[in-house]
Amino acid sequence: MAAALTGRDRFGTIGARTGFARDDYKVTPGLYGLGEPKDDSAVLVTANYKLSFDALRQELSGMNVWILVVDTRGINVWCAAGKGTFSAEEIAYQVAKAELDRIVSHRQLLLPQLSANGVAAHRLKELCGFRGRFGPILAADLPKFLRTGEADEGMRTVTFTLAERAVLIPLEICMLWKQLTVAAVLFFFLSGISPNFFSPALAVNRGLLLILATLTAILAGAVATPLLLPWLPFRQFWLKGAIIGGLAALLLFTGLPAMPAIERLAILLWTSGCAAFLAMNFTGSTPFTSLSGVAREMRQGLIFQIGSALLALGCWVAGPFV
Amino acid sequence: MQDFRYLDDTAILRLSVEKCIGCGNCQVVCPHRIFLVRGGKAEIIDHNGCMECGACAKNCPVAAIYVNPDDGCGCAAYIIASWVAKIRGKTVSDRGS
Repeated sequence: MAAALTGRDRFGTIGARTGFARDDYKVTPGLYGLGEPKDDSAVLVTANYKLSFDALRQELSGMNVWILVVDTRGINVWCAAGKGTFSAEEIAYQVAKAELDRIVSHRQLLLPQLSANGVAAHRLKELCGFRGRFGPILAADLPKFLRTGEADEGMRTVTFTLAERAVLIPLEICMLWKQLTVAAVLFFFLSGISPNFFSPALAVNRGLLLILATLTAILAGAVATPLLLPWLPFRQFWLKGAIIGGLAALLLFTGLPAMPAIERLAILLWTSGCAAFLAMNFTGSTPFTSLSGVAREMRQGLIFQIGSALLALGCWVAGPFV
Repeated sequence: MQDFRYLDDTAILRLSVEKCIGCGNCQVVCPHRIFLVRGGKAEIIDHNGCMECGACAKNCPVAAIYVNPDDGCGCAAYIIASWVAKIRGKTVSDRGS
């Protein structure tokens, strides 16, 4: 197996990051040899998600190791462990299937640290005869870990850098097409309601304004909020999004022709509410938000989002009548 | 991870000092480094840093750690999907997280 990524691999990465045919980024489970591994070479366990596997083989280029890919149904290490598919039982199953005890002379498996929420490492011995040991969080730290045999505090601490946040943005946006299409139909319908029953001209002109407001909300909630995350005030994500969304709407007004106050209010509420919702949804992509915390912020956030959306659409429909 | 702090006093995490045998597994696996083994016992040194991933509880050989056992993760979209699924009487697929 080659360590270097080919043009096709990189093309596939773009697909996986944008959600194009998102279910198709699976690697066939089983044992792979990187370089020329021998019976005393290390065995590294990973998920059968393309990006997990690629990260591993790329960071380990030039080394001779075994890679045991377990079947996580194409889901990454941490999420698969959280859902229970990356488990001690699954690892034991793949160890037996590959007859690993006949291929290597040692009895140790190196596990990604972020599989620990699914893998009870102390149970591996009785399940398959191999001991599990947790390596670093990032594949990039593996060469040093394999050299020194130690993972320091830095390697064991999860990070969420600007670059790590930025790569998540395309997927956040590309997952929205379906909702956006449904919303657009609704926008044109609501925007055309007028004192003369229904005006196609109003539907198009005002409908486009609502779409523009929604795109602004996406920029605010799904792009600006993730990028600016540590510098935005408040810890609740929906509040961060609501503020950025509100500011973005005010900015949008400077580029729009004058419109009645009630329609401005509608645009402001809509943008802020949508951005709050998108920002709240970003909790699922971060490595530090707890389920209890997200549930708590949703109780307040959803009231704001539903309230502002209804009020916004109400004001918008009322626009041509006042 | 000190640059990112989430809501204080929400994470459900309990450690039974009586049961703890000080093996240090929790300290190894925690991605937010909130455990420290001192004098043969683990202690929680940063409760508000907990994201309830459950790695510590999973790897505690004596079941001394309790973490919010609710299925799923800290993800609003997933929580909404499970509400919708509950109303429809279906289970949520493991995609999209």
